[in-house]
Amino acid sequence: MIPTHYYLILSAVLFGLGVIAFIFRRNIITIFMSIELMLNAVNLAFVAFSQAWNRLDGQVFVLFVIVVAAAEAAVGLGIIILIQRNRQSLNVERVDLLKL
Amino acid sequence: MNAPLIVFFVLAVVAILGAISLILQRHPIHSALSLIVVMVALAGLYLLMGAEFVAAVQIIVYGGAIMVLFVFVIMLLNAGSEERTNISKMAGWAGLPLAIALMGFLAAAVARSTDRVQAAAQTGAPAPTKALATLLFQDFVYPFELTSFLILVAILGAIVLAQRDQKESHL
Repeated sequence: MIPTHYYLILSAVLFGLGVIAFIFRRNIITIFMSIELMLNAVNLAFVAFSQAWNRLDGQVFVLFVIVVAAAEAAVGLGIIILIQRNRQSLNVERVDLLKL
Repeated sequence: MNAPLIVFFVLAVVAILGAISLILQRHPIHSALSLIVVMVALAGLYLLMGAEFVAAVQIIVYGGAIMVLFVFVIMLLNAGSEERTNISKMAGWAGLPLAIALMGFLAAAVARSTDRVQAAAQTGAPAPTKALATLLFQDFVYPFELTSFLILVAILGAIVLAQRDQKESHL
């Protein structure tokens, strides 16, 4: 049996890579995908804890996270289409109306 | 080294390489394909942990529906390679060290927290999908119904956002 902390460390590494992608990428679609990556990392931790405690609650939470991710993707991609329509660019640096 | 451990390391390496590829690719469609690789590897890890239903949902909903939505939008907007603009100074200097520090703190925290978890762990019988269904539709039935409402609101929001206005619209 694989120790639980292997899964948790993998989850932390994937989450960190998602944070790095979030900080360094300029394309708003890629930034959105890095959020999905972070959600996936959290799901992995949920399932690992669910297995470690031998309880199923963690897996139910994973299903809820997936539902929220789907809803978020639908709304977020709608917003991306609006940004492209109004700014003719997907670069987040060009969405700077609130910047001083 | 036993077989599950080898499978774990193969899938973990595939997932991490996919995530790194997501960061390094300049074209969003390549990033999307990398993310699909990560998701399939994670589905394999769920199978390894005995969470069959979650693995299936991961493939069908994440790898299927959500990523098709992403690829669809990338192609709809005809998104090309990312243009290189000057990254903000703060993100450039402090971003990578802080992100790696965050990764280290998270890994250390969760790895230390598992001592108690390991003590409480049973022999790890695989979770049957039937028990998951019972839990989902009895104990968690109220949140479950709420998520259907959330999906409805999200669909309406996406339609309202993406429809073309007759009048001139502002963001």
